[in-house]
Parts: sequence; structure tokens; C-alpha cells
Amino acid sequence: MLLAPEDITAIWLSLKVALTATAISLPFGFTIAWLIVFKPFRGKVILEVFVNLPLTLPPVVIGFFLLLLLGKHGWIGKLLAEYGIVIIFTWKAAVIASATVGFPLLVRSIRLGMESIDRQLIDASRTLGAHWYDTLLTIILPLSFRGILAGSSLMFARSLGEFGATIIVAGNIPGITQTIPLAIYDYASSPSSTTMALSLCMVSVLISVSVLFLHEWLTRKLDRSKAL
Amino acid sequence: MKLHIDIEKKLGAFSLHVKADVSGERTGIFGESGSGKSTLMHLVSGLMQPDKGEIILDDQCLFSSFKKNNISAEQRRIAIVFQQAMLFPHLSVKANLLYGFKRCHTENRLIKPETLIDLLKLQPLLQRGVEHLSGGEKQRVALGRAVLANPRLLLMDEPLSALDDALRFQIIPYLRSVSEDFGIPYLFISHSLTEMQLMTDHVLEIKNGRCIDETTAEQLARNRMAQSPNGYLNLLHLTNPSQKSGLYTYKWGSNTLFVSAGGYAEQSLFELSSREIILFKRHPEAISARNLLDCRVAEMFDSDGRVGVVLSANGEKLVAEIVRQAADELDITIGSAIFAAIKASSFRRLA
Repeated sequence: MLLAPEDITAIWLSLKVALTATAISLPFGFTIAWLIVFKPFRGKVILEVFVNLPLTLPPVVIGFFLLLLLGKHGWIGKLLAEYGIVIIFTWKAAVIASATVGFPLLVRSIRLGMESIDRQLIDASRTLGAHWYDTLLTIILPLSFRGILAGSSLMFARSLGEFGATIIVAGNIPGITQTIPLAIYDYASSPSSTTMALSLCMVSVLISVSVLFLHEWLTRKLDRSKAL
Repeated sequence: MKLHIDIEKKLGAFSLHVKADVSGERTGIFGESGSGKSTLMHLVSGLMQPDKGEIILDDQCLFSSFKKNNISAEQRRIAIVFQQAMLFPHLSVKANLLYGFKRCHTENRLIKPETLIDLLKLQPLLQRGVEHLSGGEKQRVALGRAVLANPRLLLMDEPLSALDDALRFQIIPYLRSVSEDFGIPYLFISHSLTEMQLMTDHVLEIKNGRCIDETTAEQLARNRMAQSPNGYLNLLHLTNPSQKSGLYTYKWGSNTLFVSAGGYAEQSLFELSSREIILFKRHPEAISARNLLDCRVAEMFDSDGRVGVVLSANGEKLVAEIVRQAADELDITIGSAIFAAIKASSFRRLA
């Protein structure tokens, strides 16, 4: 396997972006899934459509919207610029792109986990004196842990593969915003670098397989602790 | 306990309108499935909000649409024992038991976990997970969990219907003793008349979302004697068993009864259908039935053309069922002496 120093950077950057995107999205994903599953309110359908939109939109379209929003003249970009914060073409932009694209997958998995909780368990906790936040932390959170785990793995994996939105908002700057897929894209465009591209592909496979194994291992561990 | 309910709730095509005043420690809510019993329980516990009306428990207003008052389920201190035990699957037996206790104000913690764990014989289960408990064990833990929340009122929503017969009657003494020992009043919801007879002093009968009668389980059983496939079911607590030539003999007050399917437990509960009792005006010379009781007629009642004859055998009560014609022919009147014959195989052991 042949890896250039930029490739190593790309690997670390990919991992950093995917991890950060997943970690940042988790509390939001959990809250939104909880709202959708347990709270009756007007306009729930709109929230659902909005959350799922990135799943159906081409990532390039999302990237373009993000660019409009976060760019120098965008609503948020302008506001952040006043505080000296620049997002576009930094690794933070890659995080935002990954988070946006992977968010629906995270919410869906957590939601599935929450929907499988028997409502009477929540009724039981309430009649035993638990307030909503208490029930959320002691019943809903642990019982939807499988969904959270599955959602996080999915989102992490999806973030590793993020290309379309990332290339638009973060660019493809080696050592700064170039993640594994972007690096492979560069190598693939010149016929002499097939081996390099292949090496990075192997790394990609390795990371994905590790994520899947870790997920399986944690799920089994969870099952075992429940069986005691 | 005093509970005043006057509430309305519409759920799609079903509407519930219950008006009742309940007092006493052991009240039943009886009705077929779909009659609105569970909806009523949800409304009383605060898990569901009525459209209109009020609920007052011991002078405290839990809900009133007039005063715009609604105490939330978590603050009502009304605990529920559900049909399926509904134990928290990620917690151990001990953590389940203490869930409500930990959330109960210190000044309300009158029931100590150790006492209850002893009473429900849960000590050996404490460290275990709840997934592999048997149905009966789960229901005992659920009962303990509800009681340890130190509630003012316990709602038991068909807590026995998920259990098989043998287990059901093993759990009943626990349900009763927990309430009696710790002084917690309960509403017992069920569609089983036998459970009503064993668990309650008086009963609200619910049908199509309305409270159609406030009565006793005994009266309900009598009213339903003629239509029920098994007639009136007498529940007999028999004691001191011994075995003689293939039959068990039991003490029933000062009477002795012969029973085919008995056991060695010091005390057992048996069921005997009113239709399995044959009445004789005079002593029959020879008879294959193993039990012949010398009784007095204590009371008589009508149930859709059938006559229920309440017999007193040395002070123990038994209901026999005969047709009107037989009652006339035998000239049965209150106070008259009569012999009741019961086959040893007619007794069904419940617990």
C-alpha cells in the first residue's frame, strides 16, 4: 500500500470531520426524533419533510445552498464574518456539509429506536412520579440506545463518504479540506496515480469495515448486559 | 378513600361519560372489553385528560374543567399495575422496585422497601434483570414497584389477565395483603367476575362508556347466574386437607367435604358452580355423590327465571341454582331445612 503524506492528512481529516459531524448532530438528532415521536404539535409534517429533505436532494444542491448561506454574502456567513469567523473552505465547512447530509439518517434510526419503546413504559414512569425530563433521561434515552448507536454508525459512515456537498462548501484543498473521497477523486483523474487511488480505497474499506464491526460488537454487548 | 368522578371524554366514535362517587378501600370497575374501563383508568391517573368534568380524590381536585385545574400524572400519586407488568427492561429488579420510591418525597415514604420485598418474597430476585422473570414474578415486581411509590391510590388494570389460572390465584393474596397491610386503597379493573368477588367490596359496572350500576361483586354474580355458562361460582376456602381412599377431605368451617382434585396446601381456594349442587327435601337413602350437607335456606333470589337458593351449612354460605318449577315442587322457603348433594369431582381447585 502506497500512501503519500497528504493522504495520511486526508485520512485523519476524514476521521476528524466524520467524528465531529456525528458528535455535533447527536443531541440535535435525539431532540428532533423525540419531538417527532413523543410530542404532538402542529406542523409536525413540515418538520419531518424538512429533516428528510437532505436524503432526497442531490448533495451538490445541498452544498450550493450551504454556500449561499455560509458564504461571504450569505445570511449566516455575513453574521459570522462580523466576529471574524470564516467557515467556507475550511474543515468546519466539511463538518457542516457532512452533518447536513447525514442528519436524516441519524434522526431516522433514533426515531425507529424510540418508536419501538412501549408507550406504557412511559406511562408507568410518569405515574411513578417521573417528570418529562426524568423519563427522557432514565427511560427513553437508554431504551433508544440501539437506535442512537445505529444512527451514529450510519451517519459516521455517510460522513466519510461525503463528496458532493463538501467539494462545494469546503473545496478540495490538500492538507486543509481534502478528505479521502476528494483525494481519490484527484488521483482518479490522472491515469498515473491508479495505485495511489487504490491505496486510499483500501483505507476507506478498512475504516468502513471497522465501523461495522464496532457497531455489531457494541450491539451484542448491549444485548448481553440486558440478558443478565 | 373518596373519589368523585364526573367526566366526559370523546375518542373517535366512542364517548365516555361516567358519573360516580366511590368510597371504600377496595373498589372494582367491571365491564366487558371495550366498555371504557381502561379509558376511565387513564383519565383518573392523569395519563389522559377529560374533555369536561371533574375528578376529586379525598377533597383534592385532580382535574376540573370549570376551575381550569389539572394535576399532572406525575404529581397525582396514583400508581398503576398494568396488565403486562411493564417493567423497565434496562433496569434490574431492584432498580425497578425503587424507581417510584426514589421519586417520592421523603415525607411520603411510609412504606419501606425491605418490608415490601419480604412480603412479596422478592429477595432472591433483586439483582436479576427483568427479561427472564416468569409471568408471576414480573407481576409481583410490578406490584412492588407501584406500592413503593407510596401512592394515595393504586389502579390495577386487569393485572391478572396475562397470567394463567394457577398463577392468577397465587397473585391475588399478594394484591390483597399489600393493600391491607400498607393501607393503600385500590381500584381493581377487570372483566372477570371471580376476580371481582375475591378482590373487591363494591363494584362500578361500566358499559358503553357509562356507569350503569353501583353494586357488589356478590350481587353482580347473582344477577348473572342464569346467563353465565357456569352459573354462580361459589368460592370456598377449604382447610386441613387429608387423603383417604383416593379422595381428599377438607374442613369447610365445621363441615367436612370430600374433594377429588385436592392438594396438601394447608389452605386452598376452590370453585363450585351453583349448577353442580342438587337439592333434596328429605334425606336421600343412598347416593353416589360424596358430599351431602344438611342445610337451611338462608335466602332466595331470582335471576332471569332461575332461582338462586342461598344455603347455610353450619354457618357457611353456598348458592345453589334451580329452575322455578323445582322450587315450587320442593316448596322451598326461607328457613326450610334441605339437603345439598355435591359430587367430589365438582370442586375445581383454583389455588
